[in-house]
Order: sequence, then C-alpha cells, then structure tokens
Amino acid sequence: MVTDILPLIVRDAKVRMRGKTIVGPIDLDLSGTGVTVVMGPNGAGKTTLLRMLHGLARLSSGTIDWAIPVQQAQTRQGFVFQTPIVLRRSVRDNIAYPLVLHGVARKEARARADHWGTRVGLADMLMRPARVLSGGEKQKLALARALIRDPSVLFLDEPTASLDGRSMREIETILLTAAHEGTRIVMATHNMGQAKRLAQEVIFLYRGLVHERNHAAAFFAGPAKPEAAAFIKGDIVE
Amino acid sequence: MTEIWQGLVAAFWLVVTLDKDLVEITLRSLQVTITAVLIACALGMPMGAWLAIQRFRYRRTVIAILNALMGLPPVVVGLIVYLFLSRAGPFGALNLLFSPTAMIIAQVIIVTPLVASISHQAVRDLWADYHDLLISLNATKRQRMATLLIDGRRALLTAALAGFGRAVGEVGAIIIVGGNIDHVTRVLTTAIALETSKGNFALALGLGFVLIGLAIAVNICIHALSRTEREGTW
Amino acid sequence: MKKLVTALVAFVVFAQAAIADPLVLRLAVTTSFHNSGLSDILLPRALEDLDLDVQLLVVGTGQAIRLGEAGDVDAILVHSRAAEEAFVANGFGSHRREIMYNDFVLVGPSDDPAGVTGSDGIAAALTRIADTRAVFVSRGDDSGTHRREQSLWNQADIDTEAADPAWYRAAGAGMGATLNTASGMNGYVLTDRASWLNFANTANLAIVFQGDPALFNQYAYLPVNPVRHPHVKADLAITLEGWLASPGIQALIGSYEINGQKLFVPNATTDGMAKQG
Repeated sequence: MVTDILPLIVRDAKVRMRGKTIVGPIDLDLSGTGVTVVMGPNGAGKTTLLRMLHGLARLSSGTIDWAIPVQQAQTRQGFVFQTPIVLRRSVRDNIAYPLVLHGVARKEARARADHWGTRVGLADMLMRPARVLSGGEKQKLALARALIRDPSVLFLDEPTASLDGRSMREIETILLTAAHEGTRIVMATHNMGQAKRLAQEVIFLYRGLVHERNHAAAFFAGPAKPEAAAFIKGDIVE
Repeated sequence: MTEIWQGLVAAFWLVVTLDKDLVEITLRSLQVTITAVLIACALGMPMGAWLAIQRFRYRRTVIAILNALMGLPPVVVGLIVYLFLSRAGPFGALNLLFSPTAMIIAQVIIVTPLVASISHQAVRDLWADYHDLLISLNATKRQRMATLLIDGRRALLTAALAGFGRAVGEVGAIIIVGGNIDHVTRVLTTAIALETSKGNFALALGLGFVLIGLAIAVNICIHALSRTEREGTW
Repeated sequence: MKKLVTALVAFVVFAQAAIADPLVLRLAVTTSFHNSGLSDILLPRALEDLDLDVQLLVVGTGQAIRLGEAGDVDAILVHSRAAEEAFVANGFGSHRREIMYNDFVLVGPSDDPAGVTGSDGIAAALTRIADTRAVFVSRGDDSGTHRREQSLWNQADIDTEAADPAWYRAAGAGMGATLNTASGMNGYVLTDRASWLNFANTANLAIVFQGDPALFNQYAYLPVNPVRHPHVKADLAITLEGWLASPGIQALIGSYEINGQKLFVPNATTDGMAKQG
C-alpha cells in the first residue's frame, strides 16, 4: 500500500458558516507515515478541520491539494465519524458496502468483509443486522468499513469518545496495526492518554487555528503555547 | 340499521359460496389496483428519493405541489382522463376508454403523488442520517438513491400500502373512465356504487364489507411475506 | 422482499384475461332501464341470437347523450324525447327508433295527506301536493326521470326552482337512493314503475296515482351517426336495433314482469324504415 495521495498541501484554507469563521486560515502540510493526533478544547474546530481536509465541509476560501486530483484522492481516504453511521443491513453488508459501490462483485466483497469483520473482532456478528450492535461494536464496524478499501489516509473524529475501556483498547490496537502497515492516520481526540499512546505528532487546534504542531514527545514534554500547556494540565481552555 | 346486519350476512354468503360475480369483480379490483400501485411506486419512489437528495432552485415549491396533489379529487382526475381518452379527445384513437387500462391510468395519476410524497419524507429522514457516510464513500447520485430506497424499504412499504388503500377504495375516477361495464370494467367499488344507486343498500354494504376484508387480507399478506415484524431486520 | 415482488408481478401478469370477443357493441343506457332488470334478460339473448356482446354503460340520460356526442359509444337507449330529437337534429344520432314504453307512477304515503288519489290528472295531483306543501322528493340529477318530472310541474304551472326546500327536496341521486330518501321522509316521489316494483324498502309508501298518458315513458334507441364518428360500429348498431324491433324480441319485452306485474309495452314499428325524429 503506497501513500500515493500524499503530500497534502493546505494553503490559507477557511471554513465559514453563517458568517462566522469556524476554522482557518489554515496552512498545513501532511506527508509521511504514522499517526497525527489533532487535539484541542471542545469547540476548537477539530471536527470541522477533519471534515474540511476530507472534503465533507466546503472551503470558503483557500486551497487543499493532494498529490493526485481530488476526485481520485477521495477514493483513497477513509473517515470514521464520532457517532457511527450504520446502514440498515447486516454487519457484513455494511463492511462490504464501499467495495460494492466501487464495482467489486458482491461475493468477493462479502468475503473481504468477513475477513475485516473478523479482524476487528466482529466475527460472530457478521450476519446480524447492524442496528442492533452496541456503540463499541458499531464503531469497530465503521473502522472495518473504512479500512476495507485500504485507504492511504484515514481520518477519525473522536472515535472512542463514548466507548468503554475495552472497546477503546481494541480500536487503538487496530489503529496502530493499520498505521504500522502504512496508513496515514489523522485522528481528533480530547483523551490525553489516548493521544499519548498513539501519537507520533500532535496538532493543537485552538479557536479554529493551528496553534502548535510538534512531535508528540516534544509536545507533551513542553508545549510552547500557554493554552496548550493549560489544556494538557487539564484546565478549562476557553 | 338493519341493513348493516343484512350487509354482513350478505357478505358472508357471497364469500362462503364463492359467488361467481363476486370472485370476478374482486379479482379485477385486485388486478387494476395492484397494477396501478406497482406503476405508481416505480414512478413515485425514485421521484421522491431524487427530490430528497437533489438541491435545486424551486425544490420547496415542487415539494409543496407534490404534497398538494395528494388531495386531487379522484372524480376530477377521472373526468380529465376521460376527456383525453374519449374518441373526441386527443388519444381517442388508442381506443383505451372503458377498459381496465383506462382505469389503471386514472389510478396511477391519483396514487403516484401519494407514494412520491411519503417516499420523499422517508428518504429525506434517512438521507439526513446517511448523508456524511455516502458522500465520504463517493457514492454517485444514482448509488445514493438506490441505497436510500433499499434501506428505507420499511417506510416505502408503508407508502405502497397507503397507495393501495387509496386505490382499492377509489370509485370516482374509475367509474367514469371504466364505465362500470359488467364483465369488463366492473370492480368492487363501482359495483357498490351501482347497487347503492339502485337502492340495494344491503347488497352494497355486503360488497363493502368484502372490500374491507380484502384490504385487510392484502395488508396482512404483505406483512407476512416480507416479515416486517422480524426483530431488527427492518 | 424479492419473493414479494415476484409474487405480485406474477399475479398481475396472469390475471390479465384477454377479452377478445370479435363482435362487441357499446350501448349507453339509462339507470332506470337497467334497474328494471330487462337487460339481464336481453343481453344473454342478444349474445345467443346475434353472437353480439353488448357492453352496457349504465349512466344518467345526460351522460348517455354526452357519450354519444363524443362517439365513445355506438348507440344509446334513453327516455327523453326532447333531448333525443336534439341529438338527431344536431347530427350526433343517425335516427331515433322507438322500442317500448313503460310508465311513471306517483308514489306517496299510504294515508295520502295531500289527497292526491282520485285526481283527474297528474297536473292536478301535483298541484295538490304543491298546495298542501307535502314533502316531495325529486331526482334532481337531470336524468330522464327528472326531466319528465320537471315537464309535468311545468304543465301544472308550478315553478319548482323557486319552491321552498321545506317541501320540495332535490335529492341529486339515482332512483333507488331517491326512493330510499322518500321512504325515510315519508314523502311523495315520481318513479318509473320498474324501479318501484324492484324497490324493497317501501315502508309506508304506496302508489297513489297512475295511468295518466302524460306519465307514459317512451324508450328510444339512437345509433350514433357514423358520418359524424366514422369509427362507430354502425352496422352492428343497426343489427341490434332491428333485433330489438323484431316480433320475437318485442314479445319478450312485452312479457317481462316483476312480481307478476307486466312492465313494458313494446311499440316498435317493424316497417324497417328509420323513423326520423
């Protein structure tokens, strides 16, 4: 798996809604491998930033350029939402869905879905309707579904925010494996421990702007900005 | 009031003895209505789905008109279709008047807005749910519509059954374009109308109870065949 | 789900019975004619004698004429002479052929509060009803029966348009429903004899006046003009006309009875000549 859609070059990107600038202007370069964690207080714009990079939020100004045309680049990305969206079908058909959309024969798509479903620990749920799964199980489904297309870049928006400890651990394991296998991961979280466990790099977002960006070890040892420091300490950052 | 009891008795005997005329008009009722509903669904469901996901300038107006069309008086539809299909009208040469086909045409016009409207609402709700996922997965417009229609099948089934209910009890349009001709275009509702005009209220009520029973039977059958109550599938 | 759709489509396809009868004639008749039950005797006989499937559209006189004008039927059988003559005069019908007549009767409460029985004519009877403001129920639907009723009021010089709905009630309905209304209101009503004989819910009503020639109800057969509408089955229409006027069928019509009472007097002339209006 080649990360052929990187580098991602973001220049002066802004997202405005109802007259307010939610995120931006952002200048960002993304390349290489590993896990980038986007951190920041609630309302900082983490979700909007991720959606903007993925193409779900419309740019009000500025540019976002992948190494290849954006249409094709989008097919090489995956996105896991904070609240998992599951289709009204079986777990297996949910996971197979992205492949079917892209013309893979149903039989083969299902076989690969079974494989990924087992990898994320849903082996005995494959034929069950996806709607009856628990929150943690649904999020694993979403992860399998996002990974089944072998994306170059995987965005995750606080994927374990409402999950129990065990599910969180299982998902983090899957993410680390994927990162190890070459998927570039960009993940928003406000769980400090999770960030420390997973991140190679941290982007600290504050009031819609990239306040700080650094290697994880350096960032946690000594953040440059006071807001970041306060955040790490656990203070309320407005 | 005795006529209600007499009607129930009449209905019972007609059904139990499998009265030949009753069987004939019942089958014809089902044939006309089911055909019309299938066509209305084929037209109305994609229409409703498309309206839900396509943004365009006059969308709100179109949706409002669609909802308003649900209240089309069937008699008016019948008159208009008659004028079109009449020999003196533009499509007279097709010789469709006073045939089951003409009845189906009229019922399709009446039922499609209903199916489209309910489908639209169902798909709209589901689209709000699936929106981000389908866009993230680069689904084409056609794929989005297909996914929404398939996943929304429960609400769409309700739309179809609502359309069936409207059509099977309809009489104003089909009596004009069908002519209520014995053994050709007579169905349950038009037979009821005829018996009522003749003053045979007991028989009319009997046929009415058969019609109600038929509608219930069809609904139960559909629900059984599609196993709507099975946990979680829907 | 697939199972369901397959079942439905199969049902629809197999239920399409093709009615491919080579000889079919569409005839619009009035509801009062159909109510008499005579068509239940005539139609099977026509199929037998002529190999002709007569498809009846049972509608009000106004609608029958409208269908004839549009050419949607091949012939009409109605009982409204003025409208029939206009139909021919305006070129919609090729000619008018009298087939049979029955009569109207005045039905009312058996205790006859308006004192109608024994009147020396229908005009006098109606005048008594108007004078006593007894409840009278009218068809009110521009049917042949209704038009006859209107002409009778006119001959008695009574304006029903201006009449007080307290006694003159326009039902806007077919004969059976109107009779039911009259029965419920215990009022007077003008009806054709056949509908009355077939009517089950008589309650307190009975025939209170009959026999005036003004109450005779002539049925006429009018083929739709093939010059105006070339597609109509003019030859079949003429065949049916000849059959209706034939001695055997005329006798059949004359012998038709309900509850032992004869209903129709056949009066087709068999000279074969098209009777002009």
